[in-house]
Amino acid sequence: MRRYATWRDFDWWLLGFALALAGVGILEIYSATHSGRFAGMATRQLAWVGLGLVLMVILSRVDYHTVLEQAPTLYLLALGGLVLVLAFGHTRLGARRWLPVLGQQFQVSELAKLVIIVVLARYLSEVTTDRLSFSDLAKVGGLVGVPAGLILLQPNLGTAMALVPAAVVGAFLAGVHWKHAAIVAVLAGLLLPAGWHVLKPYQRDRLMTFVHPEESPQGAGYQILQSKIAVGSGGFWGKGLQKGTQNQLGFVPERHNDFIYAALAEEFGFAGVLVTLLLYLGILLRLVHNAQTASDRAGMFVVMGVLGILAFHILVNVAMVIGYMPVTGIPLPLLSYGGAATLFTFMALGMVMAVRMRRFVN
Amino acid sequence: MSLWFEREHRLPQTRLTAIQYGLVLIFILLMTAFWNMQVMHSNYYLALAERNRIRNLPLIAPRGRILDREGRVLVDNYPSFSIWMLRENSAHGASGGKHLREIAEGLAMDPAALKERIEQFADVAKYHPIVIKEEATSADVAFVESHRADLPELELVMVQRRHYPRNSFLAHAIGYVGEVSPEQLKQNDRYRPGDFVGKSGLERQYNDVLMGQDGMRRAVVNSAGKEVGRLQQKEALPGRPLKLTIDYDLQVVAEEAMAKRKGAVVALDPRNGEVLAMVSQPAPDPNLFAVRIKPEDWKALNDDRDHPLLNRAIQAQLAPGSVFKVILAAAAMETKALRPGFSVDCSGAASFYGNIFQCWRPHGVVSFHRAITESCDVFFYNVGKILGIDRIAYYAGKFGLGHSTGIDLPGEEAGLIPSEDWKMRRFKQRWWPGETISVAIGQGAVQVTPIQLARAIGGIASGGLFVRPRLVMDDAAARANLPPALIERFPLQESTVEAVTLGMWGVVNEYGTAAASRLQGIEFCGKTGTAQLISEPGRKKAQGRTRRNLAHNAWFVGFAPRHNPEIVVAVLIEHGEHGSLAATVARDLVRAHYDKKARQLGPDYRVELRRIQELEPRLAGVSQAAE
Repeated sequence: MRRYATWRDFDWWLLGFALALAGVGILEIYSATHSGRFAGMATRQLAWVGLGLVLMVILSRVDYHTVLEQAPTLYLLALGGLVLVLAFGHTRLGARRWLPVLGQQFQVSELAKLVIIVVLARYLSEVTTDRLSFSDLAKVGGLVGVPAGLILLQPNLGTAMALVPAAVVGAFLAGVHWKHAAIVAVLAGLLLPAGWHVLKPYQRDRLMTFVHPEESPQGAGYQILQSKIAVGSGGFWGKGLQKGTQNQLGFVPERHNDFIYAALAEEFGFAGVLVTLLLYLGILLRLVHNAQTASDRAGMFVVMGVLGILAFHILVNVAMVIGYMPVTGIPLPLLSYGGAATLFTFMALGMVMAVRMRRFVN
Repeated sequence: MSLWFEREHRLPQTRLTAIQYGLVLIFILLMTAFWNMQVMHSNYYLALAERNRIRNLPLIAPRGRILDREGRVLVDNYPSFSIWMLRENSAHGASGGKHLREIAEGLAMDPAALKERIEQFADVAKYHPIVIKEEATSADVAFVESHRADLPELELVMVQRRHYPRNSFLAHAIGYVGEVSPEQLKQNDRYRPGDFVGKSGLERQYNDVLMGQDGMRRAVVNSAGKEVGRLQQKEALPGRPLKLTIDYDLQVVAEEAMAKRKGAVVALDPRNGEVLAMVSQPAPDPNLFAVRIKPEDWKALNDDRDHPLLNRAIQAQLAPGSVFKVILAAAAMETKALRPGFSVDCSGAASFYGNIFQCWRPHGVVSFHRAITESCDVFFYNVGKILGIDRIAYYAGKFGLGHSTGIDLPGEEAGLIPSEDWKMRRFKQRWWPGETISVAIGQGAVQVTPIQLARAIGGIASGGLFVRPRLVMDDAAARANLPPALIERFPLQESTVEAVTLGMWGVVNEYGTAAASRLQGIEFCGKTGTAQLISEPGRKKAQGRTRRNLAHNAWFVGFAPRHNPEIVVAVLIEHGEHGSLAATVARDLVRAHYDKKARQLGPDYRVELRRIQELEPRLAGVSQAAE
């Protein structure tokens, strides 16, 4: 028996949470940028959300098996795109991240995230046992490692790292051996000092600041300090929209972007933090729920790949704002300003919808 | 569609559930972290946020002006810009090398000096701004204005600087101001770094009156250090003006009469202790201190052999010479130690206890009166011998010599009146009677200050009323800080006052030692003093062997009128050789005082003068006889 996907099976809760957060994001982007050279960003973000919704609906109508079918092709295209970025990409702030597509500067690495989810789901669903062999684990590592390495060369440490949790969640669900996991962890620990030399000076600076924030008040440590002041001074109810002094007077760095959560925490207080964190938790739990009810492992891996990447972004960004994580330039999904990131989030949610709407297919 | 996926392979539900719980746990931890910052420690972060956004800039209160007794301005202020460093806005901390070099270059300062200046305040709380350059030039102001964004720690503050319009005029009494030292900062909460406080003289004594209370301008700044708004400001409370007892006109006369000679002048009103003029020379220019004294200027002032920083009027402790004879004369009259008609035959020298004591010239037979007018040493050697050292010390002490007068100036010296007791305490030796003979003419161990002599002679002439001298008018502004008016009464017999003042009248008006300073129509009385720095034979021996100036110090203490005097003047001219020179300075002052009074009283003045002469027919007779 085959039932067609209907709107009744759409995950309206998930969409509601996502739209609520996107709404708060646009509000806070407006508050952070209503005056000065960034004015008008809120409207543009609204347009990105609208476009994201359209893409989400389109993707939700597509059978994910069809997409997974094309995984190898998509993977090669993504790698090709990343190489093109390195070769011809548009450079901004010392990083080569953008490729012109239809007159827009586009961050290919955001698209690569989506492709990695598809590729991992395809690969892991072909594993027929409940135990992931070491060679399979190594191949998973390789699949993620190549694009991650290309992104790291841009350089974009944050996005490169964001690919890793997709693999970690996937491997965990595919039944990775604890021993294998331990070996990988040890290897990663050993490679860390080597990786230090690969990092750009500003990246090292950020990491050092995370360890010793008091040593450089103006550099990255200054950003973290100002962010913490913004969060802490918000109090329980916040200072009110457009009334956050840290935000409005420009003390919070990247306040419409990577540090938007500091601006939000200042203006909406702990109350706002609580509501938004619960909305995020709601999204993530809905994702787990959709994975649990997926009609097959392929669908589950798609949903959990999305979860891995989103959860990583949310946790690292929110923890960074209060100084629990280093400054790595990871935006906050749905709240931070950014076209590519917004489109990625809604497209990823579109794939999740596609899985959900086919949960009874069989 | 190929069958690359396995539909029958069941989902790892346990691991999915584990992820579920893991997520909930992590979110609970995150919420706890936010609770901790936003609810538990919100005040701490709120304070930091306020400090970020509000820049506190002091509004400097101008120091009160200093006026003379008639309200004429003696010390004024002028506006100037200071450059401040707001260390809490300094992104690189107080020792930030790169910024510091940039600042030093922009303000044309020596980077090492700037660094030293900042480090001096390392112990002071960071939210106190510190001054890094005073008297900013227009180029400095432009530098600060154009670097608001990248050097947000710099700020311009308008300050009121001290201005002493007549330079060293009245310099010692006024004193000078200077930047508060780190030690003073710790001692007094009222002071902040960069404050200017009185360091000497009246500026120091009445600092609390003169110093206002700085206000605070609270500006809202953005992260680039640009001012975007203002909060309510606390206005500065200007310092109160200080009205002195000094009479500008008399002070001018005194300074001009001294004609840059080393020494001191004190003029007081013996009725109330008001100091009308006070000169000490050489004098520094307090304008040198008004901004920040240059090290070389400070060194020059301290190394000067003439000690220009010494306020000789209250700090020079010197032998009074023959002026001291007035003390002996009064003591002798009070104790009735001399029989009526007591006289001494002065042959130019006399022998006491086996030593020869010289007189400055042979006087023949001298009476009490002539001994004063002609300043006969031999007469007073005898008086001293009769009185004995302890009675001399007792009366000198009662007249206020040998202890500070309590004038409202810091650093007054006490002087010294020797006694048997003192000698025992100081040298563990018995008093040698021959020493009394030297003390009798104001030599030996006797040390007094000009202000002490003025008060003592004024007090004796007033019949035993010794008033604490003071420099500030007893008005509302100064009252809280003014020492209580103190009048020490030591009533003298009328006969004593009569005899002593008559003698001093004679000094000026009867061909006495200060006859050249006689003033027509004014009862100007006084006593000269010529104090040796070294004995006469010793002086001859030392001639040409020492670079020190061994010339005698010249003294004169005079007052007018003879009864109920209204002005007493003490003059010291170091190495002036003879008291008559000092007398001319006192004469100029007394004349100026009467001229001024005549101008003020107009034609009535002559009436008053006639009235005085009618009241004192004997005196009038004497003065007519002398003419």
